[in-house]
Amino acid sequence: MSDEKDEREIILPGEAVDEDMKPGRGTFKRDGQVYASKLGVKTFRSGYVNIAAQSGRYDPSEGDKVIGTITDLNPSVWMVDLNAPFPAVLHVNDVPWRVEYGDTRSYIDLGDAVLIKISNVDEQKKIQVKMDEEGLRKLNSGQIIEIPPSQVPRVIGRNGSMISMLKKYTGCRIFVGQNGRIWIDGNLEGQYLAVKAIQMIEKKAQVMGLTDIIESFLKEETGKEFDDEEKDEDTPPEEDE
Amino acid sequence: MGSKDMDLIDEDGKRLDGREYDELRPISIEAGVLKRADGSAFINWGKNKIMAAVYGPREMHPRHAQDPSKAVVQARYNMAAFSVPDRKRPGPDRRSVEIGKILSEALDEIIFVEQYPRSTIDVFIEVLEASAGTRCAGLTVASVALSDAGIPMSDMIASCAAGKIDGQVVLDLGKNEDNYGQADVPIGLVPRTDELTLLQMDGDLTEEEYEQAMELAMDACHDIYKKQKDALRERYSTDLEEQEFEEIPQEGIEEG
Repeated sequence: MSDEKDEREIILPGEAVDEDMKPGRGTFKRDGQVYASKLGVKTFRSGYVNIAAQSGRYDPSEGDKVIGTITDLNPSVWMVDLNAPFPAVLHVNDVPWRVEYGDTRSYIDLGDAVLIKISNVDEQKKIQVKMDEEGLRKLNSGQIIEIPPSQVPRVIGRNGSMISMLKKYTGCRIFVGQNGRIWIDGNLEGQYLAVKAIQMIEKKAQVMGLTDIIESFLKEETGKEFDDEEKDEDTPPEEDE
Repeated sequence: MGSKDMDLIDEDGKRLDGREYDELRPISIEAGVLKRADGSAFINWGKNKIMAAVYGPREMHPRHAQDPSKAVVQARYNMAAFSVPDRKRPGPDRRSVEIGKILSEALDEIIFVEQYPRSTIDVFIEVLEASAGTRCAGLTVASVALSDAGIPMSDMIASCAAGKIDGQVVLDLGKNEDNYGQADVPIGLVPRTDELTLLQMDGDLTEEEYEQAMELAMDACHDIYKKQKDALRERYSTDLEEQEFEEIPQEGIEEG
């Protein structure tokens, strides 16, 4: 992570970003001045000033692991909905099986959920995804819930603290897709609890020390104790790392 | 237009609702009022109540209407049947189709449509209660809803009308002033550059009066712009307390 600090003030579209830096994501330049093009917060990365969007649909970027549902198929490709502006293409060459031409349906059918990775987004915004990597697969059981993509980092928590805590207490298998879809699998009680906790995170995203609040909620609900382990403290962002 | 048996301005220079010539009706805006929409906002402007919802960018249907080089902005202006004292016959009519068209064109100017080829951005402007100036209020909330939806834009649009009643140029006409006044000029302003994306005129103004009206309306648009920003700040600033802005860890989110 870069040592340049990030600011937390909300920037609105059309507002000047007065830093003397190159315009990055979510910004544009007019007459030598950099402006924000999206509602978000400033972040600085290697000489570029970016606006990290705080709302809106999922903006696909290469390498993201996401959860999609199949909306259409033809003899050699599946079309996958990612909650992005465009459907993604999953080609038969990019799945872990050898699929005969025209046999797509017997592997993944309409409405199936898949855990995939974005392999390419071109200038035309055409999205290509793949499933032939470790950990990527069709999701056969469990349930999927949706949260705003901007809140994904909250559910994961600092260094994955929140998500590992959720798994620990609920005993569920959980995967958070970068597009805001969360897959939860496990016994029903655990699933119910995980959903409730994630809804709490969504609602209380702004509260200080969220990890602790969720932990005490989970403790109360499950009666489990994991106090002996070192806890991942929710450190205030002022202390940079 | 213009009947002489009604005084729209009294001896003190006050208008029917007690406003000065350069005074706006009270405006309040709230952002993010709908959960299902990608972005939404609600505005209370005088006696106008208008809701705006934004969906998209999303794949456009029918496919032949797609533009391979940019997104198509489709604003739909609709008045609820109960929005006016006489029942408004539901469904699109000449007036609402026209307003939808001009608002689409106004919004198209500020949105970076070229970033989303083949897609559409749907903006729904639902007038729940109408009392003059709904297109301006509609354009104003639509901009807030678009920001709320995270759509990339070069700025927001603030919109407001000026007009002439009893021979005097005034700001933001109310219902009676609109009906019995002599002119109404709604404008949509891009405050950052002072460019216009909407300009219409109903009635007649001299060149001088037009200049005055523009000055009034443009000043007011800058005030409205502040309210739009405040609404968005209020919606989002609380979300920011103690949020983490690290690079999202890709590892460690795999199930254990």
